[in-house]
Amino acid sequence: MAFFKRNFISRFFSLIPLLILFFLAFSETDFNFEKLSFLSFNLIYILIFYWVLKNPDILGYGFIFLAGIVNDVVIGLPIGVSSVTYLILAGFAAYVRYLTVQPSLIYDWIVFVPSIAVTNSVYFYILRIFFDIKINYVALVLNTGVTILLYPVVGFLFSFVVKIIIMKKNV
Amino acid sequence: MATTSRDDFSIAIRSAFLKKGVKQKFSLLALIIASVILLSLESINSKSLNFVRSAIKDVIYRTSFIASIPGNTISPMFTTIQSHFKIYEQYELIKLELQQLKNQQNQIAYLKTENDKLKKVIDDTDIYNYESITSKVLVDKESPFLKSVILNKGFNSGLKKGMPVLKGPYFVGRITEVNYLSSRVLLISDLNSKIPVLIEPMGYQAIMSGTGDDLALLDFLPKNHQLEVGNLVYTSGTGGIFFEGIPIGRVELIEEKFHVKFFSDLSQLYLINVITSEPMRGKQ
Repeated sequence: MAFFKRNFISRFFSLIPLLILFFLAFSETDFNFEKLSFLSFNLIYILIFYWVLKNPDILGYGFIFLAGIVNDVVIGLPIGVSSVTYLILAGFAAYVRYLTVQPSLIYDWIVFVPSIAVTNSVYFYILRIFFDIKINYVALVLNTGVTILLYPVVGFLFSFVVKIIIMKKNV
Repeated sequence: MATTSRDDFSIAIRSAFLKKGVKQKFSLLALIIASVILLSLESINSKSLNFVRSAIKDVIYRTSFIASIPGNTISPMFTTIQSHFKIYEQYELIKLELQQLKNQQNQIAYLKTENDKLKKVIDDTDIYNYESITSKVLVDKESPFLKSVILNKGFNSGLKKGMPVLKGPYFVGRITEVNYLSSRVLLISDLNSKIPVLIEPMGYQAIMSGTGDDLALLDFLPKNHQLEVGNLVYTSGTGGIFFEGIPIGRVELIEEKFHVKFFSDLSQLYLINVITSEPMRGKQ
């Protein structure tokens, strides 16, 4: 009985990143504040980068792709833009994962900077060049900056979920 | 040594993009290719593809509406608490506005009578004589990059691309995407929005371009114009896209550029009207 309970808790906590990902993609609730753009950040980017780095099986690539499609439909972007950017970010994280021997939050944070810069550049160029959609460049840069700054904070919070998943699995 | 590091690099790249994890069904590269294919399909305009797109969007919008319910229930609570603190201040402001409106009402009544008389003389049609459909905002995802909302009505209710959208008497945007049960409104604040406008009382024609903020920029103003702060901005009806004379906002001067401050608060859209009848005079 105790084994099943532990297994259930571990499974539930493994689902949290996926639930957050789809909740953010589907719902109006996100961390993009229209009137406080200097506080806006992209939690989905942090979520994808962090979890692909820690354990790509928790946030499957297929789900990341689907979340991108949902996000595009809800925001009104050409379908596939967010999927491409999310998967590129996931690619960076997976690459770093294969190269890293001793993971640390600070190292992940440093790698996150070029990853998000490239990802958002791709996002911007796809919209601007291929679809001629103007987007607020300043807001995008601000959003990128705040996302980078908040990575360690959110990463620290996620580390508790990681600990619970590992602990309940190993007990 | 150099060969080894190059090998490490290529192995890591291959592992990241081609290798599937234990529980992964697809590799990253396969999904990136699938996304690019989806993106290229966006430019193809075929009946069957549009039908599939429309169905997918309808399902996602409805799901999004349901997923947004918890957030939408909580956020008005903060607004209610805030407004309780400002109740006296607001009461004084409303009293003042009411007095001003009463004065204006008398003037409007006089002008309306005069306007009716003049219309009879020139045998003109009433510009406000249009049919509209009231629709609810289903999803309003605040995005710092794109400003649009999703409505709960689509082409099953007679909505078409390009139809003007009003909040009360004020112009707020136009329909840019129509599905069977839902549609998307591009707001006038969006960077991609360009609306032909008329500025009164000078009668200047210009293009109002969204800035992604609460203001829009006035482009293509006539040379040596004498625009003043507080001038009123209306849709011009040029090109026969919209009815003329729908109020949009007031002229403001910010950083030596003329902007339009909207009458409507575009972050507070809930029930809006979509004008479904065609403009008559604009077709000239």
